Amino acid sequence: MSKRATVDGNEAAASVAYRLSEAIAIYPITPSSPMAELCDEWASRGKTNIWDVVPQIAEMQSEAGAAGAIHGALQAGALATTFTSSQGLLLMIPNMYRIAGELTPFTMHVAARALATHALSIFCDHSDVMACRQTGFALLASNSVQEAHDMAAIAHAASLFSRVPFLHFFDGFRTSHELAKIEELSDDDLASLISEDTVLAHRRRSLSPDRPVMRGTAQNPDVFFQAREAANSFYKACPDIVAHLMAAFAGRTGRNYGLFDYVGHPEAERIIVIMGSGSETVHETVDHLVGRGEKVGVVKVRLYRPFSRAAFLAALPASVRSLAVLDRTKEPGSLGEPLYLDVITALAEARAEGVSHLRAEPLVLAGRYGLSSKEFTPAMVKAVFDEFDKKVPQRHFTVGIIDDVTHMSLAWDGSFRSEGEDVTTALFYGLGADGTVSANKNSIKIIGQETERHVQGYFVYDSKKSGAITVSHLRSSSRPIRSAYLVNRASFVACHQFNFLDRIDVLEHAAQGAVFLLNAPYAANQVWDCLPREMQEQLIEKQIRLFTIDAYALAKQAGMGGRINTIMQTCYFGISGILPREEAVAHIKKSIEKTYGKRGTEVVRRNCELVDQALANLHEVKVPGGASATRVRPPVVSERAPDFVQKVTAVMLAGKGDLLPVSAFPVDGTWPVGTAKWEKRNLAPEIPVWDPEICIQCNQCALACPHAAIRAKVYDEGALLNPPSTFKGIAYRGKEYKGRQYTIQVAPEDCTGCNLCVNVCPAKDRTNPKHKAINMAPKTPLLEAERANYDFFLDLPELPRTEVVRLDHKASQFLEPLFEYSGACAGCGETPYLKLLTQLFGDRLLIANATGCSSIYGGNLPTTPYTTNKEGRGPAWANSLFEDNAEFGFGFRLALDAQVAAVRHLVKLLAPHVGDVLATELLEANEGSEAGIAAQRERVAALRRRLRELKDPEALRLDTLADYLVKKSVWLVGGDGWAYDIGYGGLDHVLASRRDVNVLVLDTEVYSNTGGQQSKATPLGAAAKFAAAGKSVGKKDLSLLATMYGHVYVARVAFGAKMAQTAQAFLEADSYSGPSLIVAYSHCIAHGYDMAQGPAQQKRAVDSGVWPLYRFDPVRLANGEPPLHLDYGAPKINVADYMGNESRFRVIERADPERYKKFIQESQEAARRRYIVYQQLAGISVPAVEPQRPQTESPELDRHGGQMK
Amino acid sequence: MNLATTYLGFRLPHPFIVGSGPLTDDLGVVRQLEDAGAAAFILRPLYEEEVVEEQISAFFHSESHNDSFAEATSYSPDPQQAPGPDEYLEHLRRVKDAVDVPVFAALDGHSLGGWTSYARLLEQAGADALELNLYHAASDPEASGAEVEKRMLEIVRSVKSGLRIPVAVKLSPLFTAFAHFATQLDSAGIDGLTLFTRFHRADIDVTELEIVRTFPLSDSSELLLRLRGVAMLAGRIRASLAVSGGVHNVLDVVKATMVGADAVQMVSALVRNGPGHLRTLRADLEAWLAENEWSSLEKMRGNMRFDRIPDPAAYERTHFRMTLQ
Repeated sequence: MSKRATVDGNEAAASVAYRLSEAIAIYPITPSSPMAELCDEWASRGKTNIWDVVPQIAEMQSEAGAAGAIHGALQAGALATTFTSSQGLLLMIPNMYRIAGELTPFTMHVAARALATHALSIFCDHSDVMACRQTGFALLASNSVQEAHDMAAIAHAASLFSRVPFLHFFDGFRTSHELAKIEELSDDDLASLISEDTVLAHRRRSLSPDRPVMRGTAQNPDVFFQAREAANSFYKACPDIVAHLMAAFAGRTGRNYGLFDYVGHPEAERIIVIMGSGSETVHETVDHLVGRGEKVGVVKVRLYRPFSRAAFLAALPASVRSLAVLDRTKEPGSLGEPLYLDVITALAEARAEGVSHLRAEPLVLAGRYGLSSKEFTPAMVKAVFDEFDKKVPQRHFTVGIIDDVTHMSLAWDGSFRSEGEDVTTALFYGLGADGTVSANKNSIKIIGQETERHVQGYFVYDSKKSGAITVSHLRSSSRPIRSAYLVNRASFVACHQFNFLDRIDVLEHAAQGAVFLLNAPYAANQVWDCLPREMQEQLIEKQIRLFTIDAYALAKQAGMGGRINTIMQTCYFGISGILPREEAVAHIKKSIEKTYGKRGTEVVRRNCELVDQALANLHEVKVPGGASATRVRPPVVSERAPDFVQKVTAVMLAGKGDLLPVSAFPVDGTWPVGTAKWEKRNLAPEIPVWDPEICIQCNQCALACPHAAIRAKVYDEGALLNPPSTFKGIAYRGKEYKGRQYTIQVAPEDCTGCNLCVNVCPAKDRTNPKHKAINMAPKTPLLEAERANYDFFLDLPELPRTEVVRLDHKASQFLEPLFEYSGACAGCGETPYLKLLTQLFGDRLLIANATGCSSIYGGNLPTTPYTTNKEGRGPAWANSLFEDNAEFGFGFRLALDAQVAAVRHLVKLLAPHVGDVLATELLEANEGSEAGIAAQRERVAALRRRLRELKDPEALRLDTLADYLVKKSVWLVGGDGWAYDIGYGGLDHVLASRRDVNVLVLDTEVYSNTGGQQSKATPLGAAAKFAAAGKSVGKKDLSLLATMYGHVYVARVAFGAKMAQTAQAFLEADSYSGPSLIVAYSHCIAHGYDMAQGPAQQKRAVDSGVWPLYRFDPVRLANGEPPLHLDYGAPKINVADYMGNESRFRVIERADPERYKKFIQESQEAARRRYIVYQQLAGISVPAVEPQRPQTESPELDRHGGQMK
Repeated sequence: MNLATTYLGFRLPHPFIVGSGPLTDDLGVVRQLEDAGAAAFILRPLYEEEVVEEQISAFFHSESHNDSFAEATSYSPDPQQAPGPDEYLEHLRRVKDAVDVPVFAALDGHSLGGWTSYARLLEQAGADALELNLYHAASDPEASGAEVEKRMLEIVRSVKSGLRIPVAVKLSPLFTAFAHFATQLDSAGIDGLTLFTRFHRADIDVTELEIVRTFPLSDSSELLLRLRGVAMLAGRIRASLAVSGGVHNVLDVVKATMVGADAVQMVSALVRNGPGHLRTLRADLEAWLAENEWSSLEKMRGNMRFDRIPDPAAYERTHFRMTLQ
């Protein structure tokens, strides 16, 4: 009997791909990254493929690089594979044409994901796979976790047999991340599918100097066409090869697959044709409807390319009268989506050739569904079947949304269900940090392994990185589970966070008579009275049994902080009775040992202790006959929020975004800014409290705050009209704003409680040094007062930018942040830089943001942090892709330069009309200071007043372009994955120009957003994904490389080490007229320590010489001064004192002390050498040539505003 | 010259042991010390805090971010080794493999808890003996001296329970009734007593208002306190006695032996002078004994302990009184 395992789709596919490959080139991209991570992990543990060899694994700099490496590996005779999704797949397309054109056996595995169009989405549809139809790859779809395992094997074998390369795909997240129990294929199973002859044939075709051939010739019109057609027979043969292998597979495993599989009534009249996980939902619905006597069916498409017309037709019952072809992609402007067009073509050709066996010519409808993982439920399937019954069915429709603009969508009856009564369903609402998902993953594995039941676990995550809400959807059943949709009728609901009750309707999907488990910080007899009225009413109406436990109290007692997962997991098993209690407890403990064994015995011991205590502290609360609460759920957003926020954002925040109709949205992805301020997340149990008497007014707390939740202001005392009684202010101590008041104020509902502000605060009470100027205190008693104080603070006038005496790191914090309350991790090391950027230049700032953490916390809906000042100005932000950000931002500059040239031309042209003096002032303005910029804004306003009096078209054009007379600051922002790896070529090219763009690299030294994979910024000795044994080569010195151009302003900064230098670098970069590059040390959760220590750790990085601080300014070069200025001294602490504090280094010390020691020694030596080299470079100057202009300056500069500002 | 001694039941060729400290962290240094003649090694202690706190904090810092965000269900590769005992045990195995002389593990803690069971893991990993550091900060106003001593005895019993290898206890000098407590430990079955734990120095930065922790190397002046302690116990308890702290030159070894020490543990002197210092000291000791007509080190051992000197009060209060006068 085959071995059973509970795994997700990624692991199911990777397990086969790994065992059938010799060379694997990888690159992280959601949601396929886990496949690459697993392969890397298996290789690092020495796991072998079926030929007893450990595959060679290499992470490349991009998917394009991975595809190139694979192409080479295949040509040189290896069996190779790779994994990708979405834009990554698009980057592979050029090589895919090549690989297919050369008839190379190869299988890649794709977790299908939406392509970025009007917005990025990490979720599933088939737009990426469909973009590869024309490459010559076979496309093989898996619809479930089991199939992801089975089809992976069939794909590898079929490719070797057919010489057609295969793209095996399954639905991202829905299948790639769904946990299910599968029957595993053994190595023998895999070996039985693979013909050694085909492997040898592949080897014989490889490039070898022992029998040389050449490939990749350039062919001309005389032969290319014929040679291209020479491959036809291989494509013709491919479907039969796949069918043959599927039959052989069935013979060995008992699992039957066809190129197209029909399920349903043998005399079905209405049939849906569909591909991917949605076909399982249709299958479930069809089973249900056939059971009710309906003549319906489904054709599941597996081998989509090469498309076998014969096999497709053979799958259709002759009785079919109507077909709905459902595509999970959108092809604007086409006659229909690809699968629909293929079906239409197949039917038409069969009819034309007279080979159709269908009794009637079917009506064929085309539907779109499930874009970006939009739910696709049995109710929607039913709506599609029902459409056939209408007098005039919609030929083209959508299902799953409400389209009130083009009215294409089908309505569905949400109460329709096809799920069997034997299915046990459970929903868990938790926080990422409380471990709910990991406990549920364990639970589903326990049920899968210890019972005969089929299981399914699917997990929905938040769009925020801090305080993230998770919802776990668990099913188990005696029959196979085909429900590829969220649980919408749960017999068990658990809420692990009491404060969710005010934000989410957690009982919305609770079934009649369900059980509700609530973690509440109250005694059992008090819980009922603490519930909001809506919940009390639901409990009564649905006759729900209520259980409660104070899990946080238990966890705290056991020294487990907020980790309540094992407590709640034990309660779930205790209440649900899926397993006998004692048995369940034993299995939970076993799984704790397995999961946390490598975290340490104490971790295991404490978790097991909690398991023992859980059931004793679980109580059932008797639900009374009537609701007694007067408290109702508060509104999602303030009533002061703008209309769009009320009507759209608030609905999304309430988790009801699916209900928003098409008309609610901008047509082109444009989105308003300043929405994060309306989402009050109240994450922090403790908030900072300011002590004005101790404070030295350095503003470091405000600068370090990642969320702009603690702010500084100086203002006239006269502005204090009726302040709240607890509002604090004190006389400003410095000379520059003498006579004004000073306040540090916390935003109590936006603070994440990360402690950074407290840690950077240098001011201590000399009589009681543990008391600083900023101290954390429990929020609850402070909330009301501080909320009022913060509102009052925001209404105090901002310090006019023109009144800033000396703009430095301290003064920057008196400027309004236009990046606030982002969803970044608590204590994020990136966001302080972005906040500073918006304070310094926010009202004239354009940001091109590479995909990554900064684009997610910067642009992930429902709410976003970039905002405007009171004049309505603020950063304009856009994300294009991951790989192209430098070029994208460069394009901003091209456009600005073009428009500056145009506007200057118009000013000159209209000078006689608007006034020569004004025109001259506009054209010769000095915008080197805030006063200069303000003066120019006033001139532009004056210009506009005068233009109003003019009627000619040039005046209108000038009016439209006038704002370009005020200088703009263009910033290209992204992480190290972008700048060091995938986008390096573009970045290098942009730096090699003389355009005025500024690059900010938020260097976390790993791909943070996708889970900590190594980049070329990862330092020597750091453990990261794809470098589990510690990175064996040093970090690329990106900034030093940039200095080699000579004309690029370059700085390396670390705000935690030297805030003044950071601010100075930003100001110098902006003021420099050419390209600038700032590489900013950004501590990150992937480094494995308490983020509150981030600034201190930055300081250690600098003090040890690991992270040098410097500024390279070409202006100094032009002046005959040394362009490089070091802002750090000779290393004064050991590198070990820096590395020893971070888990990413410490794990190597634990695993391999000798290797760690070697890393330490090499890093120490590198730090020493680096300082010596930099010190010497800092001493180099070249005498200036006077009075000639620098000869390198290009004529373009004069035309396009490249002059020094 | 016969320098042989018996310590914790081990017959050693001489009393020079490499004490618990950084020297045993590095396998290369360990090999050099063995070449220079080290009679035994004591590893740096496995701290209770190290076991518990590092595990828990590493757990929080990794697990609290896992399974929170769709794009990344974790942020680092799975660790291959847990913090705490696994790492220590692995190091112990490596040192054992590297040398032929006895290797003693060390364990440091102050509360009753699961960590005491690590003693058995150390034994299984090949430790020839265990040195148990019983350090107590004495900062809890609610805890009496008797309670502290009671808990320490419980820890000793817990550690010794089921253990076959010898256990030495390392103490600080800060006990109200030191000799009484040492006797109780002896009765509890300990195999050795090491005098004394050296403390980190907690200095004050008067500008930054911070505690500055330092751990300077010892010098011979620190020996005197230890001589008094050993002299007080030698001949009165069954357990072996070792001096730790202040042994730098040949006269220090001579004095330690004269008060009754079976072994001397050295760290600072070796850090300062290098592994070769062991060889030098051994030669110096042989020469000194010969010069002073001692036939063996054993003959000299304990000649200056309390019960063999005419005026034991010289070690005690009268001594101080006379000095002050």
